[in-house]
Amino acid sequence: MVERLSPLESVYRVGSHGRFEDGVGVILSETRPGSITQVAAWPGEEARAIAAIRKVSGLALPDGAGGGVVDGDKAAFGFAPGKFTVVDEAEGLAVALTKAITPAIGTMTDLSHGRTAIRIEGPEAEWVLAKFFAVDFALPAFPVGAARSTTHHDVFAQIQRTGGDRFDIYVFRSFARSFWKALGHAAEEVGYEVA
Amino acid sequence: MLLTCPYCGPRDVSEFTYQGDGNRQRPAPNSQDLQAWNEYVYDRQNPAGDHNEIWQHSGGCRSHIRVIRNTVSHVTSSTVPVRGAVHHRSTERRKPGAKA
Repeated sequence: MVERLSPLESVYRVGSHGRFEDGVGVILSETRPGSITQVAAWPGEEARAIAAIRKVSGLALPDGAGGGVVDGDKAAFGFAPGKFTVVDEAEGLAVALTKAITPAIGTMTDLSHGRTAIRIEGPEAEWVLAKFFAVDFALPAFPVGAARSTTHHDVFAQIQRTGGDRFDIYVFRSFARSFWKALGHAAEEVGYEVA
Repeated sequence: MLLTCPYCGPRDVSEFTYQGDGNRQRPAPNSQDLQAWNEYVYDRQNPAGDHNEIWQHSGGCRSHIRVIRNTVSHVTSSTVPVRGAVHHRSTERRKPGAKA
Protein backbone atom coordinates (compact mmCIF):
# COMPACT_ATOMS: atom_id res chain seq x y z
CA MET A 1 0.00 0.00 0.00
CA VAL A 2 1.04 3.62 -0.57
CA GLU A 3 2.43 5.22 2.57
CA ARG A 4 0.03 7.90 3.72
CA LEU A 5 1.37 11.31 4.69
CA SER A 6 -0.29 13.16 7.51
CA PRO A 7 -1.56 16.68 6.75
CA LEU A 8 -0.54 17.54 10.33
CA GLU A 9 3.09 16.59 9.85
CA SER A 10 4.46 20.14 9.72
CA VAL A 11 2.55 21.28 12.84
CA TYR A 12 2.55 18.08 14.91
CA ARG A 13 4.86 18.90 17.83
CA VAL A 14 5.05 16.05 20.33
CA GLY A 15 5.36 17.24 23.94
CA SER A 16 3.60 19.46 26.46
CA HIS A 17 2.24 22.85 25.48
CA GLY A 18 0.31 25.74 26.96
CA ARG A 19 -0.30 26.13 30.67
CA PHE A 20 0.61 22.57 31.71
CA GLU A 21 2.42 23.41 34.98
CA ASP A 22 -0.75 22.55 36.96
CA GLY A 23 -1.37 19.34 35.05
CA VAL A 24 -2.26 18.35 31.53
CA GLY A 25 -5.95 18.97 30.75
CA VAL A 26 -6.14 17.16 27.43
CA ILE A 27 -4.01 14.90 25.27
CA LEU A 28 -4.26 15.50 21.53
CA SER A 29 -3.22 12.94 18.97
CA GLU A 30 -3.83 11.83 15.42
CA THR A 31 -5.08 8.26 15.34
CA ARG A 32 -4.35 7.59 11.64
CA PRO A 33 -6.76 4.68 11.10
CA GLY A 34 -6.08 2.57 8.03
CA SER A 35 -9.71 2.63 6.92
CA ILE A 36 -12.34 5.35 7.16
CA THR A 37 -15.44 4.45 5.17
CA GLN A 38 -18.90 5.84 4.72
CA VAL A 39 -21.91 3.63 4.11
CA ALA A 40 -25.14 5.15 2.81
CA ALA A 41 -28.25 3.00 2.71
CA TRP A 42 -31.17 3.61 0.37
CA PRO A 43 -34.35 4.58 2.22
CA GLY A 44 -35.80 1.46 3.83
CA GLU A 45 -32.53 -0.50 3.52
CA GLU A 46 -30.99 0.76 6.77
CA ALA A 47 -31.43 -2.53 8.63
CA ARG A 48 -29.69 -4.49 5.85
CA ALA A 49 -26.83 -1.98 5.80
CA ILE A 50 -26.42 -2.32 9.58
CA ALA A 51 -26.44 -6.11 9.18
CA ALA A 52 -23.80 -5.91 6.41
CA ILE A 53 -21.57 -3.69 8.58
CA ARG A 54 -21.95 -6.22 11.38
CA LYS A 55 -21.03 -9.10 9.08
CA VAL A 56 -17.87 -7.38 7.85
CA SER A 57 -16.62 -5.63 10.99
CA GLY A 58 -18.34 -7.47 13.84
CA LEU A 59 -19.69 -4.13 15.10
CA ALA A 60 -23.34 -4.21 16.15
CA LEU A 61 -24.65 -0.71 15.44
CA PRO A 62 -27.55 0.29 17.65
CA ASP A 63 -30.65 1.45 15.82
CA GLY A 64 -31.38 5.12 16.39
CA ALA A 65 -30.11 8.59 15.57
CA GLY A 66 -26.43 9.16 16.22
CA GLY A 67 -25.96 5.72 17.75
CA GLY A 68 -22.56 4.09 17.55
CA VAL A 69 -20.24 1.45 18.89
CA VAL A 70 -16.53 1.22 19.69
CA ASP A 71 -14.67 -2.05 19.93
CA GLY A 72 -10.89 -1.91 20.23
CA ASP A 73 -9.45 -1.00 16.84
CA LYS A 74 -12.83 -0.58 15.18
CA ALA A 75 -15.61 1.95 15.48
CA ALA A 76 -18.88 2.70 13.71
CA PHE A 77 -21.56 5.31 14.12
CA GLY A 78 -24.54 6.84 12.38
CA PHE A 79 -24.07 10.49 11.45
CA ALA A 80 -27.16 11.14 9.30
CA PRO A 81 -30.37 9.25 8.47
CA GLY A 82 -29.28 5.99 6.79
CA LYS A 83 -25.61 6.98 6.75
CA PHE A 84 -22.83 5.43 8.76
CA THR A 85 -19.11 5.91 9.25
CA VAL A 86 -17.11 2.71 9.78
CA VAL A 87 -13.48 2.97 10.92
CA ASP A 88 -10.81 0.32 11.30
CA GLU A 89 -7.17 0.61 12.38
CA ALA A 90 -6.33 -1.90 9.65
CA GLU A 91 -6.49 -1.20 5.94
CA GLY A 92 -8.78 -3.15 3.64
CA LEU A 93 -12.16 -2.44 5.24
CA ALA A 94 -13.37 -0.68 2.09
CA VAL A 95 -12.76 -3.76 -0.06
CA ALA A 96 -14.69 -5.99 2.33
CA LEU A 97 -17.55 -3.50 2.68
CA THR A 98 -17.88 -3.03 -1.08
CA LYS A 99 -18.74 -6.72 -1.35
CA ALA A 100 -21.19 -6.64 1.57
CA ILE A 101 -22.97 -3.38 0.64
CA THR A 102 -24.59 -4.53 -2.59
CA PRO A 103 -26.10 -2.02 -5.03
CA ALA A 104 -29.53 -3.02 -3.73
CA ILE A 105 -28.61 -1.96 -0.18
CA GLY A 106 -26.74 1.28 -0.79
CA THR A 107 -23.30 2.68 -1.45
CA MET A 108 -19.88 2.56 0.17
CA THR A 109 -17.35 5.37 -0.13
CA ASP A 110 -13.73 4.97 0.92
CA LEU A 111 -12.69 8.16 2.75
CA SER A 112 -9.47 6.78 4.27
CA HIS A 113 -7.38 9.42 2.51
CA GLY A 114 -10.04 12.12 2.68
CA ARG A 115 -10.53 12.43 6.42
CA THR A 116 -8.15 13.02 9.29
CA ALA A 117 -8.92 11.50 12.67
CA ILE A 118 -8.00 13.60 15.68
CA ARG A 119 -8.32 12.26 19.22
CA ILE A 120 -8.84 14.45 22.26
CA GLU A 121 -8.84 12.88 25.67
CA GLY A 122 -8.48 13.97 29.24
CA PRO A 123 -10.45 15.59 32.06
CA GLU A 124 -10.88 18.88 30.14
CA ALA A 125 -11.87 17.32 26.78
CA GLU A 126 -15.55 18.25 27.17
CA TRP A 127 -14.60 21.79 28.17
CA VAL A 128 -12.31 22.33 25.18
CA LEU A 129 -14.78 20.85 22.69
CA ALA A 130 -17.64 22.91 24.11
CA LYS A 131 -15.72 26.00 22.98
CA PHE A 132 -15.85 24.71 19.40
CA PHE A 133 -19.26 23.12 18.97
CA ALA A 134 -22.76 24.04 20.14
CA VAL A 135 -23.44 20.46 21.21
CA ASP A 136 -24.11 19.03 24.68
CA PHE A 137 -20.98 17.01 25.50
CA ALA A 138 -22.14 15.86 28.96
CA LEU A 139 -22.05 12.09 29.33
CA PRO A 140 -25.83 11.59 29.83
CA ALA A 141 -26.59 13.57 26.64
CA PHE A 142 -23.66 12.17 24.65
CA PRO A 143 -23.03 8.57 25.74
CA VAL A 144 -19.97 6.48 24.90
CA GLY A 145 -20.14 5.23 21.31
CA ALA A 146 -22.62 7.90 20.20
CA ALA A 147 -21.71 10.43 17.52
CA ARG A 148 -22.72 13.92 16.43
CA SER A 149 -22.21 15.65 13.12
CA THR A 150 -21.73 19.37 13.36
CA THR A 151 -19.51 22.17 12.08
CA HIS A 152 -16.89 24.51 13.39
CA HIS A 153 -16.69 27.63 11.19
CA ASP A 154 -18.07 25.66 8.23
CA VAL A 155 -15.57 22.83 8.75
CA PHE A 156 -17.59 19.65 9.01
CA ALA A 157 -16.77 17.48 11.98
CA GLN A 158 -18.04 14.08 12.96
CA ILE A 159 -17.44 13.52 16.65
CA GLN A 160 -17.67 10.13 18.32
CA ARG A 161 -17.31 9.64 22.04
CA THR A 162 -14.97 6.65 22.34
CA GLY A 163 -14.53 6.79 26.10
CA GLY A 164 -15.67 8.60 29.24
CA ASP A 165 -13.36 11.55 28.51
CA ARG A 166 -12.21 10.66 25.02
CA PHE A 167 -13.55 11.88 21.66
CA ASP A 168 -12.48 11.03 18.10
CA ILE A 169 -13.09 13.83 15.61
CA TYR A 170 -13.14 13.24 11.85
CA VAL A 171 -12.49 16.34 9.76
CA PHE A 172 -11.75 16.92 6.09
CA ARG A 173 -8.08 16.29 5.36
CA SER A 174 -7.73 19.69 3.68
CA PHE A 175 -8.97 21.50 6.80
CA ALA A 176 -7.21 19.23 9.29
CA ARG A 177 -4.13 21.39 9.80
CA SER A 178 -6.11 24.54 10.48
CA PHE A 179 -8.49 22.64 12.78
CA TRP A 180 -5.56 21.08 14.62
CA LYS A 181 -3.95 24.47 15.21
CA ALA A 182 -7.26 25.91 16.45
CA LEU A 183 -7.65 22.94 18.80
CA GLY A 184 -4.16 23.60 20.15
CA HIS A 185 -4.97 27.26 20.79
CA ALA A 186 -8.20 26.33 22.56
CA ALA A 187 -6.40 23.77 24.73
CA GLU A 188 -3.59 26.12 25.77
CA GLU A 189 -5.45 27.38 28.84
CA VAL A 190 -5.89 23.86 30.27
CA GLY A 191 -2.45 22.62 29.23
CA TYR A 192 -2.18 19.96 26.54
CA GLU A 193 0.12 17.23 25.47
CA VAL A 194 0.59 16.02 21.93
CA ALA A 195 1.15 12.29 22.00
CA MET B 1 -32.98 30.47 17.83
CA LEU B 2 -32.85 26.70 18.14
CA LEU B 3 -34.28 24.28 15.61
CA THR B 4 -34.84 20.68 16.62
CA CYS B 5 -33.48 18.45 13.90
CA PRO B 6 -35.45 15.17 13.88
CA TYR B 7 -32.13 13.32 13.66
CA CYS B 8 -29.62 15.45 15.59
CA GLY B 9 -31.80 17.11 18.21
CA PRO B 10 -31.80 20.81 19.11
CA ARG B 11 -29.12 22.79 17.28
CA ASP B 12 -28.32 26.43 16.72
CA VAL B 13 -30.02 28.00 13.72
CA SER B 14 -26.59 28.82 12.24
CA GLU B 15 -26.22 25.12 11.38
CA PHE B 16 -29.31 25.29 9.17
CA THR B 17 -30.01 26.70 5.73
CA TYR B 18 -33.42 28.06 4.82
CA GLN B 19 -34.72 26.33 1.71
CA GLY B 20 -37.82 28.39 1.22
CA ASP B 21 -41.55 28.44 1.65
CA GLY B 22 -42.96 24.93 2.11
CA ASN B 23 -46.29 25.88 0.53
CA ARG B 24 -44.94 26.29 -2.98
CA GLN B 25 -46.17 23.82 -5.57
CA ARG B 26 -44.02 23.58 -8.66
CA PRO B 27 -46.11 23.23 -11.81
CA ALA B 28 -45.32 20.36 -14.17
CA PRO B 29 -42.20 21.21 -16.25
CA ASN B 30 -44.26 21.41 -19.44
CA SER B 31 -47.01 23.45 -17.84
CA GLN B 32 -48.20 26.48 -19.83
CA ASP B 33 -50.22 27.81 -16.90
CA LEU B 34 -48.63 31.24 -16.45
CA GLN B 35 -50.63 31.97 -13.35
CA ALA B 36 -49.37 28.77 -11.71
CA TRP B 37 -45.76 29.66 -12.61
CA ASN B 38 -46.19 33.21 -11.36
CA GLU B 39 -47.57 31.89 -8.11
CA TYR B 40 -44.73 29.39 -7.75
CA VAL B 41 -41.99 31.95 -8.39
CA TYR B 42 -43.38 35.11 -6.75
CA ASP B 43 -46.47 34.72 -4.63
CA ARG B 44 -45.94 34.14 -0.92
CA GLN B 45 -48.55 34.15 1.81
CA ASN B 46 -46.25 35.96 4.25
CA PRO B 47 -48.36 35.11 7.29
CA ALA B 48 -48.00 36.64 10.73
CA GLY B 49 -48.27 33.32 12.53
CA ASP B 50 -47.52 29.69 11.73
CA HIS B 51 -45.50 29.31 8.55
CA ASN B 52 -44.69 26.12 6.71
CA GLU B 53 -41.00 26.12 5.76
CA ILE B 54 -38.31 23.84 4.40
CA TRP B 55 -34.91 23.90 6.09
CA GLN B 56 -31.76 21.87 5.58
CA HIS B 57 -29.49 20.85 8.44
CA SER B 58 -26.56 21.76 6.20
CA GLY B 59 -24.10 21.93 9.07
CA GLY B 60 -25.02 18.56 10.49
CA CYS B 61 -26.78 15.50 9.10
CA ARG B 62 -27.65 17.42 5.91
CA SER B 63 -31.23 16.17 5.83
CA HIS B 64 -34.10 18.38 4.75
CA ILE B 65 -36.76 19.10 7.34
CA ARG B 66 -40.24 20.52 7.26
CA VAL B 67 -40.65 23.18 9.93
CA ILE B 68 -43.76 24.93 11.19
CA ARG B 69 -42.39 28.19 12.57
CA ASN B 70 -44.38 31.03 14.02
CA THR B 71 -43.13 34.16 12.29
CA VAL B 72 -44.20 36.33 15.25
CA SER B 73 -42.83 34.35 18.19
CA HIS B 74 -40.26 32.09 16.40
CA VAL B 75 -41.77 29.11 18.21
CA THR B 76 -41.35 26.00 16.07
CA SER B 77 -44.32 23.75 16.69
CA SER B 78 -43.20 20.93 14.40
CA THR B 79 -39.98 19.71 12.76
CA VAL B 80 -40.24 16.54 10.72
CA PRO B 81 -38.09 14.99 7.98
CA VAL B 82 -39.26 16.01 4.51
CA ARG B 83 -38.88 12.43 3.33
CA GLY B 84 -42.00 10.50 4.25
CA ALA B 85 -43.66 13.52 5.83
CA VAL B 86 -47.28 14.40 5.29
CA HIS B 87 -47.28 17.50 3.15
CA HIS B 88 -49.32 20.19 4.81
CA ARG B 89 -49.59 22.29 1.72
CA SER B 90 -52.03 25.08 1.51
CA THR B 91 -54.41 24.31 -1.34
CA GLU B 92 -55.71 27.82 -1.42
CA ARG B 93 -54.55 29.71 -4.47
CA ARG B 94 -53.49 33.21 -3.64
CA LYS B 95 -54.87 35.88 -5.94
CA PRO B 96 -52.22 38.02 -7.63
CA GLY B 97 -51.73 41.23 -5.66
CA ALA B 98 -53.90 40.06 -2.77
CA LYS B 99 -52.83 40.93 0.73
CA ALA B 100 -52.23 38.10 3.19
